[in-house]
Amino acid sequence: MTTPAPASTATVDLATRFPGVVQLDARPDYTGFIVEKDSLLEVAAAIRDEFGFDLLSSVTGVDYAPDKMEVVYHAYRTSGGPGLAFKVQVPRIDPVEVPSLIHLWPGVDLQEREVWDLLGIKFSGHPDLRRILMWEGFEGHPLRKDWKEGFYEEDVKPFKSRWPQGKFAMAEDLNPFGDNLTFPKNFEPEKWIPEGEALLYGALARYTVENEDGISSDRIVINMGPHHPSTHGVFRAVMTLEGETIKGLKPVLGYLHRNHEKIGERNTFLQNMPYTDRLDYFNSMTNNFGYALAVEKLMKIPVAERADYIRVIVSELSRIQNHFVFIGTLLNDLGAMYTPSLYAYEERELVLDIFEAISGSRMMCNYYRFGGVVRDIPDDVMQKIKDLVYERIPPKTDELDRMLSENEVLLARMRGIRMINAEDAVAYSITGPVLRAAGVPYDVRRADPYGIYDRFDFDVAVRYNGDLMDNYLIRIDEIRQSLRILDQAIRQIPQGPINSQKPAYQVRVPAGEAYGRIESPKGELGFYVLSNGKPNPWRYHVRAPSFVNVTALEKISVGTKIADFVVLLAMFDMVMGECDR
Amino acid sequence: MDSETFNLPQYEIPEDLRHAVAVTTLDRLYNWGRRSSVWPLMFGLACCAIEMIAAQTARYDMARFGMEVMRPTPRQADLLIVSGTVTKKMLPPIVRLYNQMPEPKYVVAMGACASGGGPFKEGYNVVAGIDKFLPVDVYIPGCPPTPQALIAGLIKLQEKIDRQIIKEASWYKRKVKDPNYVPVPILGPDLIDPRRAADIKAAAAQEE
Amino acid sequence: MYGKGILKGLGVTWKRFWDTYTEDIAWVLRGKKRYYTEEGVRHRSSKDQKGIFTVQYPEEKLIQPEESRFLPFLVYNELPDGKREILCTSCGICPKVCPPQCIWIVRSNDPVTGRPIPEPTEFYIDMDLCMNCGYCAEYCPFDAIKMDHDFEVSSYGRNVYDMEKLLKSSEYYKSIRPLNYEREETARIAEAEAKKAKEAARAAAQAAKPANPPAAPTA
Ligand code: SF4
Ligand code: SF4
Ligand code: SF4
Repeated sequence: MTTPAPASTATVDLATRFPGVVQLDARPDYTGFIVEKDSLLEVAAAIRDEFGFDLLSSVTGVDYAPDKMEVVYHAYRTSGGPGLAFKVQVPRIDPVEVPSLIHLWPGVDLQEREVWDLLGIKFSGHPDLRRILMWEGFEGHPLRKDWKEGFYEEDVKPFKSRWPQGKFAMAEDLNPFGDNLTFPKNFEPEKWIPEGEALLYGALARYTVENEDGISSDRIVINMGPHHPSTHGVFRAVMTLEGETIKGLKPVLGYLHRNHEKIGERNTFLQNMPYTDRLDYFNSMTNNFGYALAVEKLMKIPVAERADYIRVIVSELSRIQNHFVFIGTLLNDLGAMYTPSLYAYEERELVLDIFEAISGSRMMCNYYRFGGVVRDIPDDVMQKIKDLVYERIPPKTDELDRMLSENEVLLARMRGIRMINAEDAVAYSITGPVLRAAGVPYDVRRADPYGIYDRFDFDVAVRYNGDLMDNYLIRIDEIRQSLRILDQAIRQIPQGPINSQKPAYQVRVPAGEAYGRIESPKGELGFYVLSNGKPNPWRYHVRAPSFVNVTALEKISVGTKIADFVVLLAMFDMVMGECDR
Repeated sequence: MDSETFNLPQYEIPEDLRHAVAVTTLDRLYNWGRRSSVWPLMFGLACCAIEMIAAQTARYDMARFGMEVMRPTPRQADLLIVSGTVTKKMLPPIVRLYNQMPEPKYVVAMGACASGGGPFKEGYNVVAGIDKFLPVDVYIPGCPPTPQALIAGLIKLQEKIDRQIIKEASWYKRKVKDPNYVPVPILGPDLIDPRRAADIKAAAAQEE
Repeated sequence: MYGKGILKGLGVTWKRFWDTYTEDIAWVLRGKKRYYTEEGVRHRSSKDQKGIFTVQYPEEKLIQPEESRFLPFLVYNELPDGKREILCTSCGICPKVCPPQCIWIVRSNDPVTGRPIPEPTEFYIDMDLCMNCGYCAEYCPFDAIKMDHDFEVSSYGRNVYDMEKLLKSSEYYKSIRPLNYEREETARIAEAEAKKAKEAARAAAQAAKPANPPAAPTA
């Protein structure tokens, strides 16, 4: 049985280093430090340079209505070890303002914009503080506790109108606008002038006429997406081009913003589990893992031994099918329409068959419960897993490798086209295979092991060129490493109960905060869960790897050719469900 | 189409001519042609889109229904599979895509989200069902509908196509131009449906 | 040699293409039907699959595992007189646990006493909200709501299911989930037996009671 890790804060004495401006967060079951707002930049620079926390993984805000708001930062060392949380508290009087850390860590760009958009905390010094998930002109900051949406019914679930007198009524009938709408008083639609996207286009390099080599040329602005076959969902990139070369780029997100966090704060802890399935919808098994970890930390309960192994098995299977699909869609984007992707989906289907047999659903598994998993793996399914792991996937991986890795066309498209170097990758908070392909061996499974990953013998896949080819090859390496882990897990898995707790639909979660993070196939997936002892989380934030990785897109693509942009984007292996939440 | 169904029109074929000629109605022939070459728009929104892609791949192989040619451009597509959560921010592009599709066009709401909002219905950025804006032909419940469920839904759509009559088809009516045109919603303080502007104004004035 | 990598790749695709036909021949030689049989579908979903991978829905269907879940349904027992005994007692757990809150239940009250009686008068599930999470089936203490296997439910309109549409017989439930049914049935029988044994014990105690002096009412 694994007991939950003690609050994973590194032992650094920030308070003595900065007497007076930094205090230990003394609230019970909170960790980290509270930094005075005015010294934030200084302290953050010390955290990065003196204490070596070079990766600022997550930035989020909390609304402690009615008096204060808080910005929470989580920083890590890429050399491994537990993280450091530091926080800034500001009174909740508009405008709520906090200094931006963008000059220390450019990777906070999109995350700060998200906090501004959803919570209305201004980051002074941020050069382009626009809304990111909602559109400019939207009324209010939805994650504030006093903001209510059109279909608002009650603060928390379960709603009283469902039972015992649950007369069926459409939510539409209960809203004055007859739909999921809220408008300010006396709003007149015909007088509304849409904000347009002047701000967005203004943030891009302007339409200057430049004279290089004595030839004058115009820059043009191109919109790619949100409906585009190779943006992997509803992603939109606006770029300025000079000839074929990208000169400026801004990602536009939010086309799949499904208000995961607002709904998550209304749900009970258990009800959030199936919602996490829909974050990165390729890997519901790993999403569940991260959330379960965070809540188990809060509840301080152990996980049943067998369940721990089952979790590893399903997570690694999920990683394998994700990487197969990644390679398939990558080849699609490169123009090898369909064949590799059809082959990749075959293996995925076989893995999904296993997920369906144990959890009930192919994609939306909803398989983890606090303290274990919901159902045991029956013997015949275990046999199927063994068949796959020992007899099916290894030869198929080799086959994929044989089919693609030496293909001259592929090499010409991918070799030597740089994605990002190690230093920038860390500064931009990139995690996952892209970071490792740039030469930084940072994998949460090794750097800060969760579950029982410390029991397995595996290598952190790493490649050093940081070009597209390495980004592709590292996926194949990771499939092979996952197979190694699976082999050990299948051989060691003990018999026994699959949950340390009794099945219960109401769980008691003591007050406190917890940050659970895992290595999802796309990168570091973190769940920041804050409980105040009630059945619903007070704050529920998802640090989504797809979202944070996109921050570097501008840096990566400026200067490359537009034809390569599609491939660069594909390398992030983005999933919009997770990116926009 | 086998000769059995082909010969269904209420027309008695003389004994000696059977197996030598086939009699059908123009409608039937026309619909058979249309239903066997429905080209969906290559358009995915959320989780359901992954199952839609899965339905295209080897195991389910929608090519068997003549639907393998997913067109990335709406100008060449006649089926819009709304596969996933429709957000307010995404709605204007969707409506624009729909308006650009040539007649005759069909809309399938795949999954709970597209049909009626789905698990995220209460969210502030979510449209509670695409049928508030586009005319939906087939609803496929499920979250997500499995690829087989999607194909079952598309077979249902084929049945619907089979029942259409050329004479009544709206797309041949000269008088109406763009019978299915939908005004593009506007992103204001919240989503503004131009068709409902008056209602919104009235309700906003009432608010306390 | 330039182009070797491409040829190697083409070799892989060629082998796949070829495998389909060699497998076909192998099945014929073994005297077995590869298509439109359960055995064939099972083989195509196993590790030994080679060549063609397609399961030709609707003629063939994938084998659904027992735990597979789609939409929820309510279970009723067919009584000998043809009446339906709805297992749901409107206890209110599933509407509480349901994450998108898509279950509506009206509990009935006895018209005479005004006390709640264990059967819902109305039961709605809005399938356009339901996320197929399976919580309702998992936490229902009476095994009254279960997840269905039937996925061919597309329609020409919205899908709000009322009681009539939700009810399916326990026979059907048994047919789609035999192992679960058996497990629950055994548990039910065991429980009933335990109850009976308890009752018998109490009856025995009652029978033994008159021997005691009547002046000890509380025990
Ligand atoms: S219906 Fe379910 S699976 Fe489909 S898009 Fe909505 S949440 Fe995702
Ligand atoms: S949990 Fe079961 S018994 Fe209780 S209301 Fe729901 S279906 Fe009925
Ligand atoms: S399956 Fe989940 S979402 Fe659907 S009714 Fe049951 S509890 Fe609610």
